[in-house]
Amino acid sequence: MTPIKILDTLACPLALANVDTDQLIPARFMKEPRSIGYGQFLLHDLRYDESGSPHPGFILNHPEAEQAQVLVARRNFGGGSSREAAVYALVDHGFRCVIAPSFGDIFSSNAVNNGLLPATLPEAEIERLLAHLGSEPGPVRVDLEECRVRAGTLDLEFEIAPSWRTKLLNGWDDIDMTRQHQPQIARFAADYARRHPWLETPPGDATIISRG
Amino acid sequence: MTMPTTLFDKVWDAHEIHRSESGESLLWIDRHFVHEGSFHAFNKLRERSLPVARADLTFGIADHYVPTLTRRLDDIDDAKVRGMIEQLTDNTREHGITLFGLNDPRQGIVHVLGPEQGLTQPGLLMVCGDSHTSTHGAFGSIAFGIGASEVAHVLATQTLWQSRPKQMRLTVEGTLAPGITAKDIALTWIARLGADGARGHAIEYAGSAIRGLSMEARLTLCNLSIEGGARCGMIAPDETSFAYVEGRPWAPEGERLEQAIRYWQTLKSDDGARFDRDITLDAAEIVPTVTWGVSPEEALPIDSCVPDPATQHDESKARQMRDSLDYMGLTPGQKLTDIAIDRIFIGSCTNARIEDLRAAAEVLQGRRSRVPGIVSPGSTQVKQQAEAEGLDAVFREAGLEWRESGCSMCVAMNGDLVPSGERCASTTNRNFKGRQGPGARTHLMSPAMVAAAAVAGHLADIREL
Ligand code: SF4
Repeated sequence: MTPIKILDTLACPLALANVDTDQLIPARFMKEPRSIGYGQFLLHDLRYDESGSPHPGFILNHPEAEQAQVLVARRNFGGGSSREAAVYALVDHGFRCVIAPSFGDIFSSNAVNNGLLPATLPEAEIERLLAHLGSEPGPVRVDLEECRVRAGTLDLEFEIAPSWRTKLLNGWDDIDMTRQHQPQIARFAADYARRHPWLETPPGDATIISRG
Repeated sequence: MTMPTTLFDKVWDAHEIHRSESGESLLWIDRHFVHEGSFHAFNKLRERSLPVARADLTFGIADHYVPTLTRRLDDIDDAKVRGMIEQLTDNTREHGITLFGLNDPRQGIVHVLGPEQGLTQPGLLMVCGDSHTSTHGAFGSIAFGIGASEVAHVLATQTLWQSRPKQMRLTVEGTLAPGITAKDIALTWIARLGADGARGHAIEYAGSAIRGLSMEARLTLCNLSIEGGARCGMIAPDETSFAYVEGRPWAPEGERLEQAIRYWQTLKSDDGARFDRDITLDAAEIVPTVTWGVSPEEALPIDSCVPDPATQHDESKARQMRDSLDYMGLTPGQKLTDIAIDRIFIGSCTNARIEDLRAAAEVLQGRRSRVPGIVSPGSTQVKQQAEAEGLDAVFREAGLEWRESGCSMCVAMNGDLVPSGERCASTTNRNFKGRQGPGARTHLMSPAMVAAAAVAGHLADIREL
């Protein structure tokens, strides 16, 4: 994962609340392999009309949206379905950071696992940031070491869980981290099985593996 | 004396392998469910040439993409949909994982199947790449949805890093009026606290009204925890839960069961245990509730009117309301019972268990639905049970389609969808924009209320039927 320290980039204002993961990527695109790039599906049904033509007023259709690495949105961003594809869509589009007053819990951990920073700002400060950006992408600087976002004369301190900040700053991957604990996990598993013997009960019938 | 401890902390502590300096816990996972959508995680494993650590604790279920008109893979027209099911078969076979596949007699929606097979038991830590995994907390387990990277992590290590959430107790005291269901309790609290009202919290549902709920109803309530933003929801196990688990394929037997029950009986919050938040509802206040907007928080008692943004002082709320009304095609001030519907759906892991089907069939008995609709049982076993009870005939005679089990129109991934612009009364869990298909308009409610809407052709009050 690419570490994040400072993002000097453009921010896209997405002045909507409750942008759930079903909107971030509609379910019908989730059959696609990741290799085709999920960026094209991001907010698809807000971005295009039923015939597939782009809505000219929608922020992601702004010519400069392609360069933006930061998205600013209203409360409860990424609520709903646990689909990590929502994060893939953001990341494949080029976003490295979403700033909002609150996020769906599963969305935030998915984001961090893909090097996307979910930065929290109080609702009033989000409104100031949105007002500053207006209706087009505008320059921002997100500094993860200092937990600050700067845009124009605004200089705001955002929040992120310390363990997530460390992971993002270093670009760490959980599986590698966990494998260092392997002996401890093995000891725990053996002890756990001793304490919960009833969990070993296999089912009565033998046809466990079905034909699918 | 030991500190009074919550149910949640007891279960969490029993699974904590290690705690990092920054306070994250490495947790042991008892049960891991994977479905068709988990292919990203299997691909990740493949990229790194990692094996599945504990195939015996991993279970594959075909539910999200399965067709409801057939159980034959070859009959699926869409090659990509077929490919999703085949991929799950291939991945589980490659790693030696038990699979409940398309034509398995035990097939069902993961959150219906888990409890039904006795895989879900009190005191476990359970995960699945699906947000409604919170359902399994109904037995006093910690159960929550995870993303694909986490699925890969669990597959590779049978563990997961998590930071301990805050805790909220939601107490419902008193007696529910006849016809009031777990769905109404859930929509009521979510409307009150908001779709992110319980964000960052694990919920324990408590109080006499909760203890009085059947296992099916508890599953519905815990299922919807995620719609209020909670990390998970749980209910202390009791005789109702023990009786449900007993005798199921994966349940312990004999002496092992006795041993298990002795442990399960310790799984409750001690008197004086501390919660970060305490919310209390009076059961008598809860009435039949429906959603009118595009978030489960946009819910109201069925006898009220569509809200008016002009009377909303908070500008951000007014804006959200206008946007929702616009998408839903509703007029402020219109009576909810005047909203005409185009179709209905009875199904999903929220409300397609046998009790739900019985409740809907009771309303539909001897009546006709004015609109088309689909009934998709939560599992193949629920389907068989319903057929044994003759419920399928009630639905068919009412003019509804009796289908096979799967996620179906809850998420429209298998092609069962609500056409754009049409309005659907649904027993599912999400009224998000486009959830049931692009442009689809969803009203969430209990199974009996959906049946009542079918008969009336518009949203209807079950109490007046
Ligand atoms: S029925 Fe709906 S909510 Fe439940 S697992 Fe399937 S898609 Fe998810």
